[in-house]
Amino acid sequence: MTDRRLAWIYLAPALALIALIAVFPLGWTLWESLHRHDLRMPWLGRPFIGLANYAAMAHDARFWGALAHTASFTAISVALELALGLVLALAMRRAFRLRAAILIPWAIPTVVAGILWRFALPDLWFTRVPEAWVPVILADVWKTTPFVALLLLAGLQSIPQELYEAAAVDGAPASTQLWRITLPLLKPALLVALIFRTLDAFRVFDLIYVMTNGGPGTATEPIALYTFNAFFQNLRSGYASALSVIVFIVTFAIAMLYVRLLGAKERA
Amino acid sequence: MRRFALGFLLLFAVLPFVWAIVASLRPESQLFGGGGVTFTLDHYRALFAQRDFWLPIRNSIVVAASTTLLCLAAGSLAAYAIARMRFRGRNAVLAFILAVTMFPQISIVTPLFLLLRALHLIDTYPGLILPYLTFAMPLTVWLLTAYFREIPADLEDAARVDGAGRWTVLWRIVLPLAIPGVVATAILTFIYCWNEFLFALSFTLGPERQTVPVAIALFRGRYQVPWGEILAAAIVATLPVAALVLAFQRRIVSGLTAGAVK
Repeated sequence: MTDRRLAWIYLAPALALIALIAVFPLGWTLWESLHRHDLRMPWLGRPFIGLANYAAMAHDARFWGALAHTASFTAISVALELALGLVLALAMRRAFRLRAAILIPWAIPTVVAGILWRFALPDLWFTRVPEAWVPVILADVWKTTPFVALLLLAGLQSIPQELYEAAAVDGAPASTQLWRITLPLLKPALLVALIFRTLDAFRVFDLIYVMTNGGPGTATEPIALYTFNAFFQNLRSGYASALSVIVFIVTFAIAMLYVRLLGAKERA
Repeated sequence: MRRFALGFLLLFAVLPFVWAIVASLRPESQLFGGGGVTFTLDHYRALFAQRDFWLPIRNSIVVAASTTLLCLAAGSLAAYAIARMRFRGRNAVLAFILAVTMFPQISIVTPLFLLLRALHLIDTYPGLILPYLTFAMPLTVWLLTAYFREIPADLEDAARVDGAGRWTVLWRIVLPLAIPGVVATAILTFIYCWNEFLFALSFTLGPERQTVPVAIALFRGRYQVPWGEILAAAIVATLPVAALVLAFQRRIVSGLTAGAVK
């Protein structure tokens, strides 16, 4: 058999499974989001209501709050992680043996990391906002900076050593080397780390579920937790689906934006 | 400066975990600043004797191992096709798989719950393994494709000239040569499954099928938060992944960066 046909046979099991459990549910979410479907009131059925769920979101203060929480959490924690990750990567450049140590926060289940930091920090911090954000961001930075550092370290190691040798011969000080060689050449790795972390931070769930459960009140509730609660607590399947679609669209838009950015950088 | 940074690095990464181990060995009365310094295994005993923590551990192992095996089986076929065969739509397939890795889990929780409920799979092992494939399968295919591409094509070409088919080449040449990469892929997939929380929380109803992270997150005492046992459980949940990390650190790092950079 030719490769052209054989390839699809080899791809079939994996693609079929992905289609069944990822693509089909996504289509279902989209369809469900166009219906009023309240699992608490099955006698109301599941009438088609067009975009009414989306229209309702415009007046849903809890939704806008959740979106704002998610955006600020993402911006602050990702900025801290990139800055700290860069410092760690530069420090680890030669002391490679320490790699195993920094893998520990990465390997710890997020739930466990959240619980450890919840226990370590005073209860008082969790009773007010914005204070309640401090432990959440701290735990996220602790857990994910190692991953950023490893990505950046891989980027650093791909920079040819000769560039630094030539710069040293020309008498360029370390700071100039950092700004003129390291950072420009590290841009692709920085962008990749930025993409991965932003997408991950935007769907934050585990950490907040165990640390604040969105509280006090709904003051630290991110969009993923609001969507989860809309379905599992309020049983509003249609509305929860509409929220899911919004999360998906925003994630997709972020990914697209970054891919374009990365593409532009490569061409430049 | 460098020494300072490295010291900070070690403190930053390791100290909280070491501190948690120490705290899990202290009696409940000393956890919040009570007098005395004594160590005890009471929390660990209570964890296994009273709470039967073996149950979530067994659930986690069954789910993570089954998902990993299923992904390796279907994923190595797919990855081999992408890495070595010429066919129309190859780039589209790869882009599609990358796109699926970016799926926010929350966006398919609702329909997956309704789907699994319709199939009577809520609170069962398949009811967790199937959803886990959403993130594990794209990851496996992506990583294995990167590793398969690193294997020199000459060996394969020689075997094919001798009349070996694609299937034989994959089994006899590519997979044996790619063993380090396959191991890295398996470990990463296992760790991601072991740590997964949202699906495990959504698709189980009670302790019978709860995985370790869910069991820990839903820990409740009768009168107060049982911090000692929670800390002990946190350490127990981390030990398997910490052991994997220490044993296979080089491969894990190569897998992590291959997944992102290549």
